[in-house]
This record gives sequence, C-alpha cells and structure tokens, in this order.
Amino acid sequence: MITGTVAIFRRELAGYFATPVAFVFIIIFLLLNGIFTFYVGGFFERGQADLRPFFVFHPWLYLLLMPAIAMRLWAEERRSGSIELLLTLPVGLFDVVVGKFLAAWCFTAIALALTFPIWLTVSLLGHPDQGVILAGYLGSLLMAGGYLAICACLSAATRNQVIAFVVGVIVCLLFTVSGTPIVLDLISSWAPHALVETIASFSFLTRFESIVQGVIDVRDLIYFASLIAFWLFANAVVVELRKAG
Amino acid sequence: MAMIEIERLVKRFGAFTAVDGVGFSVERGTVLGFLGPNGAGKSTTMKMITGFLPPTSGRIAVSGFDIAEQPLSAKRCIGYLPEGAPAYADMTPRAFLDFIADVRGLTGADRQRKLDEAIARIDLEPVLEQPIDTLSKGFKRRVGLAQAILHDPEVLILDEPTDGLDPNQKHAVRTLIKGMAATKAIIISTHILEEVEAVCTRSLIIARGKVLAEGEPLPDAAGWRFGTLEAAPGRLDAVFRQITTGQGASDQVTELAA
Ligand SMILES: Nc1ncnc2c1ncn2[C@@H]1O[C@H](COP(=O)(O)OP(=O)(O)OP(=O)(O)O)[C@@H](O)[C@H]1O
Ligand SMILES: [Mg+2]
Repeated sequence: MITGTVAIFRRELAGYFATPVAFVFIIIFLLLNGIFTFYVGGFFERGQADLRPFFVFHPWLYLLLMPAIAMRLWAEERRSGSIELLLTLPVGLFDVVVGKFLAAWCFTAIALALTFPIWLTVSLLGHPDQGVILAGYLGSLLMAGGYLAICACLSAATRNQVIAFVVGVIVCLLFTVSGTPIVLDLISSWAPHALVETIASFSFLTRFESIVQGVIDVRDLIYFASLIAFWLFANAVVVELRKAG
Repeated sequence: MAMIEIERLVKRFGAFTAVDGVGFSVERGTVLGFLGPNGAGKSTTMKMITGFLPPTSGRIAVSGFDIAEQPLSAKRCIGYLPEGAPAYADMTPRAFLDFIADVRGLTGADRQRKLDEAIARIDLEPVLEQPIDTLSKGFKRRVGLAQAILHDPEVLILDEPTDGLDPNQKHAVRTLIKGMAATKAIIISTHILEEVEAVCTRSLIIARGKVLAEGEPLPDAAGWRFGTLEAAPGRLDAVFRQITTGQGASDQVTELAA
C-alpha cells in the first residue's frame, strides 16, 4: 500500500518540475507575496516585527494558485487515458488519491518555504515572536491543503483542466468568504440562525485569521484536517463514478 | 483451474448494453484472440477483466482471485496494454518503466533484471531517454507493451498490441507473444486476421456484446474451424464476414454438416 502511494507521490512531484511551469509558478507565488507584504500590506510602515501583512493575503493568493496546482491531477489523467493504466495497477484507489494530493501539497510547501527571505527580513529588523510565525506558516500550509483537496476532487470530475480550474476557484471562493460580514449579512436576513452559523463555521478566513494571531485552537486544526479527509474521500468517489466516461 | 474465468459478463452504459452475457475461460498456454467489428465490446470486456470497469453483472476470476473481491491480488497477476497504449507523455520511457516498477513493488537485482529484460525484448533501447510524447506511434505502443510485460505476469491482456507497428515490429511482437505463451494465459484483440492465424491458439468472434462463435486451428495448419464453418488458411476474413454479417463469399467457407 505504502509502496504505491510513494511511487505515485514521487511521479507527480517530479511531474511538477518536469516543465518550466513549476518555476514560473513559484516565481509568481514569491512575487505576489512580496508585493502584498511590502506594498499592499505596508510591512515597513507598520513598524511592527511580525508577519501579519504577509499571511493575511494567503487565502486570496491560494484561491487562485491552488486550483492551478491541482487542476491537472486527475483531469489530465482522464484526458490522456492514462487513468486506465493507473487504476489497473495493483494500488488501491484511495492510495492513489492520497499520493497525488500529497505531491501537490508538498509542492506548495516548497513554494511556501521559499518565502523564507521575508522571514529573515523581519527577524533581522526586529524581534518577532517566532512561535507566532511558525503557527502562521503551519496554518497557511494546512489551509493550502484544504484548498488543494477541494480542487483535486473537482479535477476528477472533468477531463478539461480549464474547467477544473474555473470551478475550483469558484468553490474555493465560497469556502473563503463564507464567514465574511458581506455573506453573513446577505443570508442572515432570510436564513435560520443555525444555517448562518453553519455557513460561517466553514469559513477558511476566520479560522486562518486566529491561527495567524498565534491562537492555535484544536477545533480549527480538526476542521482543516476533516475537511481535507472529506474532500479526499469525495475525490475517490468521483473518480470511481466518472472514470468510464 | 483456468487462469482466467469469466461467467455471464454484462456491462451496460445507461440503456446501452455493450457486453451482453459473455463467458469463457483461458488456460495457461493459451493465446486467445478477440475478433469482432468496431464497437463489438472487446475493449469493454478487457477493461472489466483488468478491474478498470466494474461489470453490471457477472463474475471474473484471474489466477483464482475474484476481481471484485480481491482486486489487488488479481491485478498483481495481470499485465495490461490498454487500447491506444496510454502513457505519461512528459516522461521518458525509462522514467515511465521505473515508475511502473516502483508501483509494482519491484526492488533490487530482480527489478533491474526485469527492466533490462523488458527493454531488450521490446527493443526500446534507442528511445529510452526521449520524452514519450515525441515518440512515433509505433514506439509509443512498444512502451505500452514493455510496461505490460515488465513484471513477467501470468496473465497478459493486450488490446490491439500490433496496431501502428511496422511489419518488422509486428513480426517481432508476434514472436514475443508466441515465446511467452507456454507459461502464460494471454488475450489479445485484433482486427488483423492473419495475426489470429499467426499467434492465437483459440479465437472468439464477438459482435454486439455477444460471443457469436469460437474457433480453433485445424490440425496440420489446414485452416481454422469456427463451429460448423471451416476456413482455408489465409481465408479467415470470409468466415468472419459470414458470422458477423450473415453474408459473405460462401464459396470460400466450408459449411460442415452438423
Ligand atoms: N464509457 C462509455 N459510455 C458509453 N458507451 C460506451 C462507453 N465505453 C464504450 N461504450 C460503447 O460500448 C460499445 C463497445 O465498445 P468497445 O470499445 O468495447 O468496442 P471494441 O469492440 O473494442 O471496438 P473497436 O474494435 O473499435 O476497438 C461501443 O458501442 C461503445 O460506444
Ligand atoms: Mg477496442
């Protein structure tokens, strides 16, 4: 079981770096992070030694970038027909799903790790709370995993990567903004209170916000972990249902 | 016990029945040829035997493992060349075969020996480092074949293995299949009737999801017999047309008194 997952993980991860796209992607990721942190976020003007202006934009960055990373995971496999080869190898379907997801997640972790110069800057200029920064990085990675799991599942529903990307962005947007005042005001006028609470509880934004402030609530961790598990399970179901067509 | 056992296999896509009650078994040492017009259900049957598509009903056992109940054990015994020989376009054949060896859990000296052997048997050496999407159609097919025989499986399912190969390669692949036949159970599908005569020890003519006839070579290379019809050597096409369309050059087909 582990053998198959590891082999698939390695192939997918190598696949990201097989084309210049991976490097372009990482450069875009770093550039956007730089722009948001230093210009939009006012990193220097704030005069505080922390990485809040850096992390605060991650949900919005991921909203566009995670669908781009995950879109090919299954759509390409279905378009080229290689899914038939993959699923007749002696590996369980869930092991394949996990291997592919982990590869995308690992790629994201690499991109995220490459933002270390921003951390270096803040550490050299002041004395930030390193624990809070570490929490921010872990929270960011966990949230990225949530976006990736959603998009991997959606990628299995189509053979067209562009469709996978667009639908991915839309669904990720829903999960991002569901806790913001705009959305809640919009629905609280007619929806029952319990529904509003439920929708608000799905929000990545609110949960990520508290992690970045260094407040690690076990419920937030459980939320992201179970969200990932749920979407990976759904991923396997979608592959099973759609593989014939 | 037969290596491949299939009972009353049915596959429906919506209201359309692609495979309609197919049943047969294949022993070790047999090369079974699937013949049939386009859309007959040959590939669909193979997809079910290899565990890609779940049957609507029916039972499949490979090397004694039920494909629905013990899919991984069954899949370990199978080498499969899917229709169109799909592979990962951005990989080189070497990286691709390494990946297949990884997934199949081959390690150490055994792994190296099997990789070397598959590459040598399929004659892939010249293109090993070239991305698969830049390979010619024939070489792509050969990469698919190498992948299928890599782990020296007991059961081989090859969907149109010689499609797109040059005459020399066709000959080489047929020789390869015949060479492996003694220790394996092999199913191939083909539209080339000479291929059936050249490599198969049995053949099924399938149309509209049903097995219409089962054929065997006559002793002393005297042609093939399908049920009550006999074809002279090189004249399988007449029998094929007769069985699948009900018409044909009946002067070239000998109808035996039942
Ligand atoms: N996923 C699917 N959904 C709907 N119909 C399908 C699907 N797959 C196959 N079919 C139909 O099932 C029938 C059998 O197809 P199959 O590919 O098994 O034929 P075949 O005998 O391999 O033909 P060929 O010689 O052209 O390869 C065809 O009519 C095909 O259109
Ligand atoms: Mg076919």
